[in-house]
Amino acid sequence: MSDALAAFLEATVRTATPLALAALGESVTERAGVINIGLEGAIMAGAFGALVGAGLAPGAGGALLGFAVGALAGLLAAALFAAFAVGLRADQIITGTAVTLASLGLTGTLYRTLYGETGAALTLPTTPPAPIPGLSAIPLLGRALFAQPPATYLLYLLVPALAWWSSRTHAGLALRAVGERPDAAVAAGIRPRRVQLAATLFGGALGGLAGATLVLAQAGTFAEGMSAGRGFIAIAIVVLGRWHPVGVAAAALLFGAASALQYLFQAMGWQLPYQLFLALPYLLTLVVLASVSGRAAAPAALGQR
Amino acid sequence: MPLRPLAVGAATLLLAAGGLVLLLAATGHDAAGALSALWAGAAGSRYALLSATLVRATPLILAGLAVAIAFRAGILNVGAEGQLLAGGAAATAVGLAGAPILGILAAPAALIAGVAAGAAWAGIAALLRRRFGVLEVISTIMLNFVALHAAGWLVRGPLQEPQRIYPQSPSLPDAARLPILVPESRLHVGFALAVLAGVALWALLRFTAAGFRLRAAGLNPAAAASAGLIAVPAVTTGAFLLSGALAGLAGAVEVTGVTYALYENLSPGYGYTAIAVALLARLHPLSVVVAGIGFGALEAGAGAMQRDAGVPAVVVTVVEALLILLVLAADRLRDVRPAAPARERAA
Repeated sequence: MSDALAAFLEATVRTATPLALAALGESVTERAGVINIGLEGAIMAGAFGALVGAGLAPGAGGALLGFAVGALAGLLAAALFAAFAVGLRADQIITGTAVTLASLGLTGTLYRTLYGETGAALTLPTTPPAPIPGLSAIPLLGRALFAQPPATYLLYLLVPALAWWSSRTHAGLALRAVGERPDAAVAAGIRPRRVQLAATLFGGALGGLAGATLVLAQAGTFAEGMSAGRGFIAIAIVVLGRWHPVGVAAAALLFGAASALQYLFQAMGWQLPYQLFLALPYLLTLVVLASVSGRAAAPAALGQR
Repeated sequence: MPLRPLAVGAATLLLAAGGLVLLLAATGHDAAGALSALWAGAAGSRYALLSATLVRATPLILAGLAVAIAFRAGILNVGAEGQLLAGGAAATAVGLAGAPILGILAAPAALIAGVAAGAAWAGIAALLRRRFGVLEVISTIMLNFVALHAAGWLVRGPLQEPQRIYPQSPSLPDAARLPILVPESRLHVGFALAVLAGVALWALLRFTAAGFRLRAAGLNPAAAASAGLIAVPAVTTGAFLLSGALAGLAGAVEVTGVTYALYENLSPGYGYTAIAVALLARLHPLSVVVAGIGFGALEAGAGAMQRDAGVPAVVVTVVEALLILLVLAADRLRDVRPAAPARERAA
């Protein structure tokens, strides 16, 4: 039983990792008053970028390159979004929908063009779990928290860094000012459009990293549409986490747990249709949004043009 | 359909076609060969026109109308895909069960079931928005994935064909199938229904009090409410249900007119393409019919392009996205994205 529980916790953290990366990025974007529904597209672009990058070099170097190209691809998807939503002040929601469509179509087209019509099943170098000596031996939680791929450890640095940055630095406060009161920010000498552009690009890069994590730390291969709505789930995670890095990371863990629940059920021998587990994260998103939306304090200028 | 939007539409299409040529060239395909295959597959023959393009256009028109009517009311329903699947599943169940009892009434009963299921699926998102303030962009997308997995469960469980070999439902009996519209083609009565729905919605928006309320609630909810004549939440919910009903009809028509069975992948993304259809038509019901036929041609042609020129059919998704972005750039959709209060809600 404790083996099953430990495996469940490990799977929870593993599946939460890409969600947390994407949601942390989106929380920064939203703090600047921009809601990027195109995050789904950024994740997909990141996954494809990881495929291309990892193919450039064998072994660990390829994985590293995969993460870099993945982040860059996510940034480019966000740049397309920002050109319309921030530059032209076009409707953010519709722009985001278009960017997601564009990214799904483009990655699918390029994938089939580069790797054949059916898309050969590719095996890519993955970043294996790197257990931290000592800590990973802690009963129950040790393996879940300290025997994960490096992408998870990146989160351990990113969450406190973002929490500190957004509340203690001039740039972090400028970001929040733009999302709350853009006119007041202008009076303080801040240029809202620049801040929004930077925040959107940062969110896209983290979305790209999330996609790269799916490919390089989890699946070990690429599939069309493998983002599977994670961008939208990440947006729900931002709401649940109340736009705060620690809250966002905790909310991501909740969604990771929902995805990992099937392992626990299998171990306990409970028979349920597996589609129920596949649908669980999406159902959880609905429940969470219903219970939190009314009370959540979104950045006041969120989504405004 | 005034002239200026038509001109903008034509310019948009030309730019998107240019984008397609660039993309084909950049990915190393023979652009001329691919485009001629696209044309041949979309309009090159009687078969292409009737049995490929117009058959494909049918669910796109209905789902496009669903998106358009919702957007007009200030609702960003991007859940047509899930509502379509719900409609297809219900139509299959009722068609299968009803055929022995209802005779020729089985097909209409299946359509009605599809309409009801689509409206019910949209109703979940409508309820979440009205009671809990959940942004429908997120909730309807989540419901799309739930519908997909629910359909996957149905065709491997309760609705699976008796031999239990393939993940699909049994084939619908003749009584539950839609009649063919044009002899010696695959064009079914559903196409006529889709065109009729477009005309009916246009008349509703233009000539009826309900249509006026819907447009007013979408354009400026605060003004509509303060005018005292319009119960905005009720109108919004009504429009949401109507939207879901249309998308559900799209799924029911696809099952009873084309596939005659429920599959997990009943829709190759009709519900998402419908967003592009509606936006390119600038949310005008009659233009949706035209745009739906255009996108039907594009999708039919894309299939031929993949078969005959080896160009991945997903390339049309890029063209669709490009079209949306070009329309956004053309006018930033200021006139169709009102819903100011939606902006104050969290998400």
